[in-house]
Amino acid sequence: MSETMETILSILKDLHEDVDFENCTTLIDDEILDSFDIITVITEISNEFDVKIPADRIVPENFNSAAALAALVESLEED
Amino acid sequence: MLFTSGAFLVGLPILCIVYFVIPQRFRWMLLLAASYGFYACSGLENLLFILTTTISTYLLTCAMERIADQRKETLAANKSVWSRDEKKAYKEQMQKKRFWLLVCCLLLNFGILAVLKYGAFTLRNINSIAGWFGQGDVFAVPQLLLPMGISFYTFQTMGYAIDVYWEKYACEKNPARLALFVSFFPQLIQGPISRYDQLAQGLFAGNGFQAGRVLFGTQRILWGYLKKMVLADRILPAVTTLISDPAQYDGVYAFIGILYYTLNLYADFTGGIDITIGIGQVLGIPMAENFERPFFSKNITEYWRRWHITLGTWFKDYLFYPISVCAPMLNLSKWSRKTLGKTIGKYVPVYAATLIVWFTTGLWHGAAWNFIVWGLMNAVIILISERLTPLYDRFHKRFAWSNTHAYGGFQALRTTLLMGCLRMFDCYRDVPLTFRMFGSMFTKGNFSVLWDGSLLELSLSVSDYIVLAVGMVLLFVASMLGRKGSVRQRILEKSPVLSCAMTVALFLIVLIFGAYGIGYDSSQFIYNQF
Repeated sequence: MSETMETILSILKDLHEDVDFENCTTLIDDEILDSFDIITVITEISNEFDVKIPADRIVPENFNSAAALAALVESLEED
Repeated sequence: MLFTSGAFLVGLPILCIVYFVIPQRFRWMLLLAASYGFYACSGLENLLFILTTTISTYLLTCAMERIADQRKETLAANKSVWSRDEKKAYKEQMQKKRFWLLVCCLLLNFGILAVLKYGAFTLRNINSIAGWFGQGDVFAVPQLLLPMGISFYTFQTMGYAIDVYWEKYACEKNPARLALFVSFFPQLIQGPISRYDQLAQGLFAGNGFQAGRVLFGTQRILWGYLKKMVLADRILPAVTTLISDPAQYDGVYAFIGILYYTLNLYADFTGGIDITIGIGQVLGIPMAENFERPFFSKNITEYWRRWHITLGTWFKDYLFYPISVCAPMLNLSKWSRKTLGKTIGKYVPVYAATLIVWFTTGLWHGAAWNFIVWGLMNAVIILISERLTPLYDRFHKRFAWSNTHAYGGFQALRTTLLMGCLRMFDCYRDVPLTFRMFGSMFTKGNFSVLWDGSLLELSLSVSDYIVLAVGMVLLFVASMLGRKGSVRQRILEKSPVLSCAMTVALFLIVLIFGAYGIGYDSSQFIYNQF
């Protein structure tokens, strides 16, 4: 597991302890994360990584799973 | 022009017939002509404002796209020449140009809205502040023209401009086609606030006549008229009576007013949207749904996901997220973590963004303090219920009966009453008066008005109450059945004859039980004023 993924999982676990974030791929579709959670995740990511998630990247496909979030962070780091 | 006006009722079927008869490639042009004709009926001078929005958005979004194209070409040409940092610097430089074009577009169009809708309100407040310091009026307050549907079409068009800036899709190259997206007549009065990528396909496809679609659309239109004319307009005189004399109608009357206004607003707004979406369906133009049985919601957060959905998602996508992730907000987050601790600090930006969004939502509804207080009260309740979520979760785990349908019904009733109480700000349009009327419900104790015949003196007769009760049962049953998918589809699958009979029945119900008579003038749709 990459370091990015570990950090993302730790941020998510902080929000909802009882969710299986490692395997869940419907965090937005099943309304597990609401808009409050999304903003908390974004601010946590901006604190943990040297990236800023722009508003146009806040779409369900980028937030539906921990893996998608990790991929988003990695793509922003590359930009 | 009202959906309930004679001209509209005669013009709409003619338009539909002509739409299906003319060649496919001319159909969107007919809609554009009809939309401008419809809008011109609200005042020729209003055309100036909608044209300004259309032309400015067209020019500025096309300019944004030209820069994006130039960026792509230059980057491709220098792919192997430039370093990563050079490419990044170039991208940022071009993005900055596009950003300032977007800012110009937003400033101009929201500026028009701000001056026309909030100019007088701002000046009145400045005069009030001057009054506190013993000064006279600093500014004369002008009576400004407020073009019909300006809030709706401005929000829809600015959503399009932001999407083009975000490069979600290409800009519309044909100004006439953009003009139709901005002015499409069914949604001009009260939405829904559509997204270009969702609406454009149906708008320009020029879909031909299809019996099933026309039948469903007609049924949806008639269902909308039923809500508006049989329920909303019938109960309106009672709402007006209750609101117009708060000194006489307080206590239990105020509570009755909440219930009546809830029905009035729901039937009026959802009825109007049903007519809009129904017209779209007849013409083969799918439009976004604006409601999803909001009064079945378990809490206020869910209610706002199901009431006026397109406005809620507009604020979420174009205001809540952008301000939540902007640099000042992220700095606020860092500062609050440092000073307030990690646990409390991480909620500060979310709460700040929520309060800003709800302040703006209140202001969107009207240039008055009652709307602002209404918006902020919604935010406070949403934030409190958010903080209490872990407590609710423990409660539901501990008590099995809290997961039953009966408890779900209680939650829905609680949400309905809570939203009704908040809507008192909308009814009385005066913040101190609203609080007084709310307090009177618990102190006045005039319960006898419920059985001593007083309710028959509120401009409603026994027959009115019977029609309203039957209508509400009909709404409830339709909502319950609608949870399992389209009721119209199921009826048609069961029997086409039954489906046609239902259409005729809806028409007859509107005709017989609609609240009109000699000299009747249907009321304006409530959301038209926003």
